[in-house]
Amino acid sequence: MEPLIRIDRLTKLFGPIEAVRDVSFSVDRGEVVGLLGPNGAGKSTTLKLLAGYLAPTSGSASVCGHDVVASPLAARRSLGYLPEGAPLYDEMTPSGFLDFVARVRRLDGRARRDAVAAAARRLQLDGVLRQPIGTLSKGFRRRVGLAQAILLDPEVLVLDEPTDGLDPTQKHEVRALLREMAGRKAVIVSTHNLDEVEAVCTRAVVIAAGRVVADGAPAALATRSARHNVICIRVAREHAASAMDAIGTVPGLVAVDRPAATGDDTEIRVMAGGDADLRAPLHRALVDREVAVLEFWREPGRMEDVFRQLTRQVGEVV
Amino acid sequence: MRNLAVIARRELAAYFGAPLAYVFIVVFLAMSGALTFKVGYLLETGVAELGAFFRFHPWLYLFLMPAIGMRLWAEERKTGTLEFLMTLPVTPVETVIGKFLAAWIFAGVALVLTVPVWITVNWLGDPDNGVIVASYLASWLLAGGFLALSACASAMTGNQVIAFVVGATLCFLAMMSGVDIVRTAFEGWAPGWMIDTVVSLSALNNFETISQGVIDARTLVYFVSLIVLGLVANCAILEFRKP
Repeated sequence: MEPLIRIDRLTKLFGPIEAVRDVSFSVDRGEVVGLLGPNGAGKSTTLKLLAGYLAPTSGSASVCGHDVVASPLAARRSLGYLPEGAPLYDEMTPSGFLDFVARVRRLDGRARRDAVAAAARRLQLDGVLRQPIGTLSKGFRRRVGLAQAILLDPEVLVLDEPTDGLDPTQKHEVRALLREMAGRKAVIVSTHNLDEVEAVCTRAVVIAAGRVVADGAPAALATRSARHNVICIRVAREHAASAMDAIGTVPGLVAVDRPAATGDDTEIRVMAGGDADLRAPLHRALVDREVAVLEFWREPGRMEDVFRQLTRQVGEVV
Repeated sequence: MRNLAVIARRELAAYFGAPLAYVFIVVFLAMSGALTFKVGYLLETGVAELGAFFRFHPWLYLFLMPAIGMRLWAEERKTGTLEFLMTLPVTPVETVIGKFLAAWIFAGVALVLTVPVWITVNWLGDPDNGVIVASYLASWLLAGGFLALSACASAMTGNQVIAFVVGATLCFLAMMSGVDIVRTAFEGWAPGWMIDTVVSLSALNNFETISQGVIDARTLVYFVSLIVLGLVANCAILEFRKP
């Protein structure tokens, strides 16, 4: 089956500047893809190309099987789009604005009123529906932009930084909304916020200098972190020496950091080679030496490290 | 075509939702009144006609129409809503015509508000109402032509001041091609047909033709062409000036 979003070798040049180069990926129903990348990497340009605001220099993109250049109206009808910065008409009220979008999207009478009311309820806009948008706070503005994007319950949602400028509670609500809608739609969310990717995205696509440098599940990407498979052991300071002895007896460790004392505790970080799980042998060795283990955990790897690593490499190449 | 009406409706609401609309209407009524009575001596001539009223419309429109048209695209470009608008399931042609129609209807509303002047001359005397109706039509068509040019100027830039200046310049060029200075500049070297063509392209001459009560097909074609040309150029500029 054709994926709901298909981006194929998309390239956009602004004069001599390569904003996006050979970007390809597709999104199926049920996926929430986090588009990651440093500022100026080409995230927004990719989304503008997908929404049909910019015309690609080469390559193609389609939404629900409709090519965004050849049949732009059909593609846009299946697409809910929140542009970067959530631009809105300041003189309109959220109610008037949503009504306008519903009319353009061919909803009539009762259906239109119901859609506007449902979207307003979902994003908790009820209190401000009759207030000019220009007077609303950043959080409300962003939510009006989101309400407009989900108004017709489109199959494809493309949201450029949907949680930018929201407070933690609002961020949490928007993420909950995304998770709730995720099963039925194909969603692309661009963001700087790596927690968000881990919280809502089923896949992360990392873009740097206009190219895709990584594409995979957030957890799988995190395993590329230098900290992946690091085991941290926290013991009381007086047990540090015997803990180090115990660790020395476990085969398969590739690195053992010098114990680091913090207050009365000592933290020892050891790294296992590859994906080997050495938690059980390590713990047994520690217990055998009667070391009181205060904390013991394996680092899952951090997106942040992977992100820096990936985007730095590209920066050096280009 | 349905979307065209939706766009036009939103634009009209935007006009009347902002103070600019009321400032514009007041300025238009005050200036057209002042010019008619203080410069055109409508009452002193003792003749029941509105020539003195309509004579000044081209000059008023020269800067009032760019003032109405300047926000059409420049404002959307500046605030970023252009991206939102252009990614809705609406064709650029519908958007261009919808926006133009809103501006033209707005100009029409301002024009309708001058009807008391018409009533006054009917009360004072016995004017040729046919000529007056033709003059209103001429005035509105001229406003449409100037608005189409102003909308083009607005589509070129994100700055409303530039849009205004460029729009006024375009209107000025369209208006002045028939006046004596231009005609003399062409006379003596250009062939007769070229002079005729340049003169026939003058918005001012065509306006005066209709406002004398002569509604001939050529002048109507002229104004409709001016509007269509402006709108086609508007679409082209939008396509070309995508960021």
